Amino acid sequence: MLYLQILINGVLLGGLYSCIAVGFSLVWGVLNIINLLHGSLMILGAYAAFFAHAAWGIHPFLFAPVAGLLLFLVGLALQAGIVNRVMGAPVLITLTLTFGLNLMLDNAMIVAFKADYRKVILDPPLGLLELGNLLVPLDRLYVMALALLLVAGLYAVLRFTSVGRAIVAVRMDRDAAALMGVEVKRIYALTFAAGAFMAGAAGSLMSVIFPISPLTSNAFLGKAFVICVLGGLGSTPGVMIGGILLGVLESFGTLWLGPDFSTTIAFVLLLALLVFRPSGLMGRKGFE
Amino acid sequence: MNRAFAFRAIGLAALVALAALPWMADNYVVRVATTMLMYCALALSWNFIGGFTGYPSFATAAFFGLGAYVGGVLQNMGLFLGLAWLAAGLVVVVFAAVTGRAILHLKGHYFAIASLVIADVLREIINGLTSITGGGMGLNLTAPAMGVEAQSRLFYFSMAVVAAVALATTVWLDRSRLGFGLRCIEQNEDAAIRIGVGTARLKTIAFALSSVFVGIVGAIYASWTVYIDPSEAFDILISVKPIVMTLLGGAGSVLGPVYGAFLFLLLEETVWRNFLHVHSGVLGLLVVLLILFMPRGLLGAGSRLRVATWLRPERAAKRRAGS
Repeated sequence: MLYLQILINGVLLGGLYSCIAVGFSLVWGVLNIINLLHGSLMILGAYAAFFAHAAWGIHPFLFAPVAGLLLFLVGLALQAGIVNRVMGAPVLITLTLTFGLNLMLDNAMIVAFKADYRKVILDPPLGLLELGNLLVPLDRLYVMALALLLVAGLYAVLRFTSVGRAIVAVRMDRDAAALMGVEVKRIYALTFAAGAFMAGAAGSLMSVIFPISPLTSNAFLGKAFVICVLGGLGSTPGVMIGGILLGVLESFGTLWLGPDFSTTIAFVLLLALLVFRPSGLMGRKGFE
Repeated sequence: MNRAFAFRAIGLAALVALAALPWMADNYVVRVATTMLMYCALALSWNFIGGFTGYPSFATAAFFGLGAYVGGVLQNMGLFLGLAWLAAGLVVVVFAAVTGRAILHLKGHYFAIASLVIADVLREIINGLTSITGGGMGLNLTAPAMGVEAQSRLFYFSMAVVAAVALATTVWLDRSRLGFGLRCIEQNEDAAIRIGVGTARLKTIAFALSSVFVGIVGAIYASWTVYIDPSEAFDILISVKPIVMTLLGGAGSVLGPVYGAFLFLLLEETVWRNFLHVHSGVLGLLVVLLILFMPRGLLGAGSRLRVATWLRPERAAKRRAGS
């Protein structure tokens, strides 16, 4: 019974994790850039949701698309103004650039919002769902459902719209896509912005169940890494399964090794996977 | 007077100034100079793997923290200072050789992440080993039994020796067969394999080289500051700062990391010492400006401030295509 409860907790957490990682994975796959800003963009979305809730009482669940749109614009500006200028540069250059941007954004957030932990307190609280002996916190359940809905939405956009098809085409072969008349730079900008959208929306959802602070952004970034390597780059279903897998692993890790080691498990797992299966459990070869 | 002579004269003058400094300047200057020598050693070390070999390693913090803790624990067990530092270097170099074997077959982003994660794993392990390392409370060390002035001289010259050996190694590597092999890997690893360069062995050597001085410096730093804790010793900024310094000076060059470390420290001490609450933000801004406008550093081939390129990317691209 305990194991089933832990499993449920893990899956509930994993839904949100998938939503965080899917934008990160998209940017990595299409732009070949590891966006170290991703965690901070998510926290920015969470702050937007927090202030919208505090000032106008807007429910963070409703605010998620708005936070996404805000971050979409931020992402568009970042890509067009800065990141586009280093496209195709060696990994060191792109990684260091996003690291520098991340330092600036984190610092700006600490100055603007202070490092205190904040949390959206829903009034009235959503309560618990009791299934026999199992407890399902409703806020987490809704967060998971909405997060997976967002992931499915992104999948649908990539799958069924012409912009989405163009993004996938650029991911597969940039030069061939350019020859087919795809404006690669525009697709880069849109992809980066879409990644930021997912981060912002995920942050808005997160604000209901986790405390918000600029200091936590790197923990979420680390999780996004692990999920991408778990699920393999370039596959949205892979990221979804990777996210849920990480959530479950963390829950059981907390049970067996104590809460201090739950992040260690993720990192050890990441290192092991990188050494033995760098293309992920389900990833295809050929993505560097 | 030709340029080579002038260059040597300036170098010699700098050496004399460095040697005389602890007797000429006050404690603050000696402390800053010690930090500069430490930065030199870190940047020169990163240059072995990141500059010569072209592998984006973020493992510096892992080597630094491991060296600090090995040195600190040994020193607390009563080992003589210098021996504890050397032992830390030895442990770190073995550690780097083993992990290098495991992760150097990765390329690009995957290598970068794997090297980044090593520090996180080590930090968590050391956090957990409370009985030996003090865990999150940190590790206190005893200062050597001598006067304050003598102490500051001891650490100054210790850092200077490590930095000098790292520089000498760079000069040697620059002309050696090994260095040539590493440069082949940097240019094109597949082609290097084709012409018979044993890339796996060479990369492991480069990775180990990039670790040994960092480990020793970490141990010296621990003795110097008398206190270390996991989040400080394995801080990711320790991995990033040497990269910024090396890029600032010119990656893959011999003296680039030294100039870079000097400039970086100058900026750190003059500019953002005065803006403590935006310290990391200003560092981030420096990184972004550096990458956008001066990606090849001061000594890099064809390096020029690229403000014009940033303002008019299309025209610059046309010029490149035309030439």
